[in-house]
Amino acid sequence: MAAVRDGWPGHLAGQHVDVRLTAEDGYSTERSYSIASAPPNGQAPSQTVELTVQRLPDGEVSPYLTQTLQVGYPLELRGPIGGWFVWDPGGPRAAAPVLLVAGGSGVVPLMAMIRERAAVGSHTPFRLIYSVRDPAALLYGDELARRAGDGLEVRYVYTRTAPPGSGQPTGRINAALIASAGWPPEESPAMFACGPTGFVEAAADLLVRGGQNPGAIKTERFGPTGGKA
Amino acid sequence: MGIVSPGFSGRRRSAGDKLPPGQYLVNDFPVLSAGPTPRVDTGRWELRITTETGQVHRWDWAAFQALPAEEPTVDIHCVTKWSKLGTHWRGVSLDTLLDGVETSAGFATAKSYGGYTTNLPLADLVDGQAWVAFDFDHEPLDPEHGGPARLLVPHLYFWKSAKWLQGIDLSDHDTPGFWESLGYHNYGDPWREQRYWGD
Amino acid sequence: MSDYMDGNMLGGTLGELFSMDVTSATVTCVSCGASWAIAQTRVYPHAPGMVARCPTCDAVLLRLVRSPDRAWLDLRGVTCLQLAMPGS
Repeated sequence: MAAVRDGWPGHLAGQHVDVRLTAEDGYSTERSYSIASAPPNGQAPSQTVELTVQRLPDGEVSPYLTQTLQVGYPLELRGPIGGWFVWDPGGPRAAAPVLLVAGGSGVVPLMAMIRERAAVGSHTPFRLIYSVRDPAALLYGDELARRAGDGLEVRYVYTRTAPPGSGQPTGRINAALIASAGWPPEESPAMFACGPTGFVEAAADLLVRGGQNPGAIKTERFGPTGGKA
Repeated sequence: MGIVSPGFSGRRRSAGDKLPPGQYLVNDFPVLSAGPTPRVDTGRWELRITTETGQVHRWDWAAFQALPAEEPTVDIHCVTKWSKLGTHWRGVSLDTLLDGVETSAGFATAKSYGGYTTNLPLADLVDGQAWVAFDFDHEPLDPEHGGPARLLVPHLYFWKSAKWLQGIDLSDHDTPGFWESLGYHNYGDPWREQRYWGD
Repeated sequence: MSDYMDGNMLGGTLGELFSMDVTSATVTCVSCGASWAIAQTRVYPHAPGMVARCPTCDAVLLRLVRSPDRAWLDLRGVTCLQLAMPGS
């Protein structure tokens, strides 16, 4: 979904917005959603911000955003928020190779980084490790297939069911996978891990055990169910 | 009030005339916590009531379970606006626990495993107003809801019903607890909507 | 029990109090001395207020309460907040 915002101030890849919904009786609740779109590029500031929302079966906000919200409805946003979990192609470590580790919907802010890389024509080598339950749970599948190559490599991890006929074993991320699909520590990569808390901590732990610099690992936890707050 | 979101109603809830101002009814039992859930084995559990003179009264789990218990059915009101009516508990009344405790203190601080504290006048713990509860809805109290035992003081906002109760300190001085020291009302009467300082 | 999130989610609420992003700010734990970016702290989101805890020792680093018309911030769990100024 995309929200149109007059005078959107721009954002950095990895930032999020806080969406607040208010009922007529004044009841309100708030959730955070990562911005999926690349920052506006070029002279004209972008008027739209793209969010990717997964409907949680027992959710309160995601069913509204995915089923009730219509074009033309107002939506209250606060943001862009966050200055730590960002990849800035103009920043001081912009040339370092990048490892992105995504668990489920944690791929959203990392997709903004991938889109940003393409939008600015960066050649910084990117590797994405993207873990999902099964192929149906993939977000941006076609787009990632299209963007792969030209310095972007993608490795999928299926924890429950692999694509039929692929022969790929199922299972969680592990040390061997990180070693083969990630960057060796000598490359001093910048690393971003995002997804449910348990996944992110497992990923960060594997990276550190693999010899990576803990200070170069940035994490964003989405909470146990994968949705932020 | 924020921008109204057309068609949004949120979780199933309703206002009711039995509710304090600003509250709504919920069907589930929300879990609110400011930290990791303490896991307290009843084998090492101990409840202490410490008087203003330093006298300590202790119960281990066996001694606590041997006390006469009551089964209050009460309405509970959280400052985050949800309420549940007619909740069933089993617990030991503070009147039972304080029987035999010599004190002239005016104030109490309830302390939880994990470090949480909340304060209230001693007068609000006695005369059938409070229990140390260990069963909810006919089942042992779940750790995420404060088990093995929690304080239950339904006439005040539910942050006063300290989970994972470890002790109650009696004092001549009123010491604001974890939330009371950070903007939440020192007393917390839901019927007068005393949510924040100055309300 | 990984029922916490991290300080990235404090960015919105803290951003209403500070004129710059504080999720990148570094805090030093009063209890154990460890230093963490606020974005890395353990945040328990379901409470009457927000509580950020030290990933090393679980001590409370900072607490935040919002009412409709006021905010309360307690930083007693940190020795200080270190922020990189913009443009540096």
